[in-house]
Amino acid sequence: MATAPGHAPKYAQLSLIDSIGKKMPLLLVPILVVLGFLLIGSTSSWLTLTVSGLAMGMMIFIMASGLTLVFGLMDVINFGHGAFISVGAYVGISALLALDGWTGAPSLILNVAAVLAAVIAAMCATGALGWGFERVIVRPVYGAHLKQILVTVGGLIVIEQLIQVIWGPDEIYLTRPEMLKGAVTFAGAAIEKYRLLAVVFGLALFVAMRLVLKRTKIGLIVRAGVQNGEMVEALGYRLGLVFIGVFVAGSALAGLGGVMWGLYQEVITAGMGEEMMILVFIVVIIGGLGSVEGAFIGALLVGLLQNYVAFLEPKLALISNIALMTAILMWRPQGMMPVVKAK
Amino acid sequence: MLTHLLSGDRPRSLILTVLLLAILAGLAFAPFLFPGVRSLETAARICIFIVLVASYDLLLGYSGIVSFAHTMFFGLGAYGVALASTHMGRGYDALIVGTVLGAIAAALLALLIGLFSLRVRAIFFAMITLAVASAVAVLVSQLSGLTGGEDGLNYSIPRELTPAFRLGKLFDISITGKILNYYLVFFASLALFLLLLRIVNSPFGRVLKAIRENDFRAEAIGYRVVLYRTLATCLSAAVAALAGSLFAIWLRYVGPATTLSFEIMLDILLMVVIGGMGTMYGAVIGATLFVLAQNYLQNLMGVAASATEGLPLIPQLLDPDRWLLWLGVLFILSVYFFPTGIVGRLRSED
Repeated sequence: MATAPGHAPKYAQLSLIDSIGKKMPLLLVPILVVLGFLLIGSTSSWLTLTVSGLAMGMMIFIMASGLTLVFGLMDVINFGHGAFISVGAYVGISALLALDGWTGAPSLILNVAAVLAAVIAAMCATGALGWGFERVIVRPVYGAHLKQILVTVGGLIVIEQLIQVIWGPDEIYLTRPEMLKGAVTFAGAAIEKYRLLAVVFGLALFVAMRLVLKRTKIGLIVRAGVQNGEMVEALGYRLGLVFIGVFVAGSALAGLGGVMWGLYQEVITAGMGEEMMILVFIVVIIGGLGSVEGAFIGALLVGLLQNYVAFLEPKLALISNIALMTAILMWRPQGMMPVVKAK
Repeated sequence: MLTHLLSGDRPRSLILTVLLLAILAGLAFAPFLFPGVRSLETAARICIFIVLVASYDLLLGYSGIVSFAHTMFFGLGAYGVALASTHMGRGYDALIVGTVLGAIAAALLALLIGLFSLRVRAIFFAMITLAVASAVAVLVSQLSGLTGGEDGLNYSIPRELTPAFRLGKLFDISITGKILNYYLVFFASLALFLLLLRIVNSPFGRVLKAIRENDFRAEAIGYRVVLYRTLATCLSAAVAALAGSLFAIWLRYVGPATTLSFEIMLDILLMVVIGGMGTMYGAVIGATLFVLAQNYLQNLMGVAASATEGLPLIPQLLDPDRWLLWLGVLFILSVYFFPTGIVGRLRSED
């Protein structure tokens, strides 16, 4: 068979600008950090702000990662995700308060053990809650976005109110374990120990999550399911089961994020999940629905920007997130790294 | 004539017709049927919420778009009147300027949000409106120099609309400016409601329904889905802002808690779902039932809580502050088992 006339395929490389454009989301965080440095001027305040921005971003990422995967896998949008954050914080902090013998002792091992116990308690509680939530609230409304939004908002309210019934309507103040208090001085900048820990922990979690998603069979199924669920099911995998697993894991991560956020703020309220939810949504939208990497970059951007702007122009900090979201959506209407095709 | 006024969308159920007529009569003669400050307050609230909920239904029920920024538009209208009355002084011109500017601002903001989110996918809209509405609520409570912060704004409206103005007596009821104010609210609400009824029964409304049912097919037939959705958003925002202006004229006070809080957003959602999504009459039934329940059931809960004192957990569950808990449960149940709401049920029975 003769080739079509004029058929001369060329394997040209992407031009430099195009390939930078493709990688652009990855460059945004370093660019923002450098910009922050130039605008702030003083190295020590810049370092403090950067670390606290990264810490905040890591915590938001932990909360957002589950939500974006749940959406990607089953096209389920869960407005009740914020409730898991609150529940996690309450359960975790209650455990910490009960273990005050351990947290008050100036011993690193006991302190870490107490925090770990709190984290495990919170993750178990929110994981179980997530399982129940999926069964009772979400299961009957698969495939109907409108109802999903309405019903999960209802679930969010009910859980928040139940928290107030169980723990009382007032906010709970707490102090961090002895060894996590205070700050270390580095290059003239005072950096809170807890923030450093949060950054390290968040980074470790991100790496672990990436490894699971990229290197294991279950990760492969999850990623394939996000891209084309029908095809995965046709190959014989029970995506429904995988979905429940991801939902439970995402809820547990939200609980973990809640504990970390509670320790960061040193106060917890029943409404904290709802407040965090707004940041989480912004992160999920700018990251691109279904994309874990996008959520990671988005969370870091939100955390860093909020801290820089609060330092430079406190009044603008309130709308900095909305401005960021607007800018990113103007640049990429689907978010930075969309995985799920627009429907 | 009547059919024409209702834009050909008759209640289509005997019980529903009776209910609607009762509500209309009750609201029209509220100052005479239920004298007293509190019941007049309730009646005005019902009128305003009917418009607010109906405008939300244009979005949720007719276009299938979930928005969490409806209170923001409501608040824009309310703050428009408040700010105009504060800065221009007492007068009708301030009320009119505030109302018009509030409605225009709401429509423009809705256009902006719509352009950003609706062009990608409708589900973005829910998340983005939630984020924007919360940012605006925080902004309003922080910019205390302009908006009075958490305390809100008090301002004066023309004397003819306040209780101090007396006109004489009718059926043993002294006609004060407050009653004139009530009738302003009532007739404005009625007009806005009929306007909304006209919109949803126009060819435009029919296209919206088509998009709700199957946006892909609507696009294929040749309707520009994004354009229609954005227009519906703007219209609904403008009407919500007008309802907000009425609320501000009635209360002579605006604050974040009464106009912008997320709790009011939930109230609106619940009213739409209980009354029935996708029919304007659902808004009437839902708003009336809900406002009545809110005003009178909460007291009942307090009584029940004190009656069960001593029992474990039950008093905390029945505490009037836990009102939202029961709303949430009711909300979930009605979405599952009652998706067409009261109006849908009544219509299917005939």
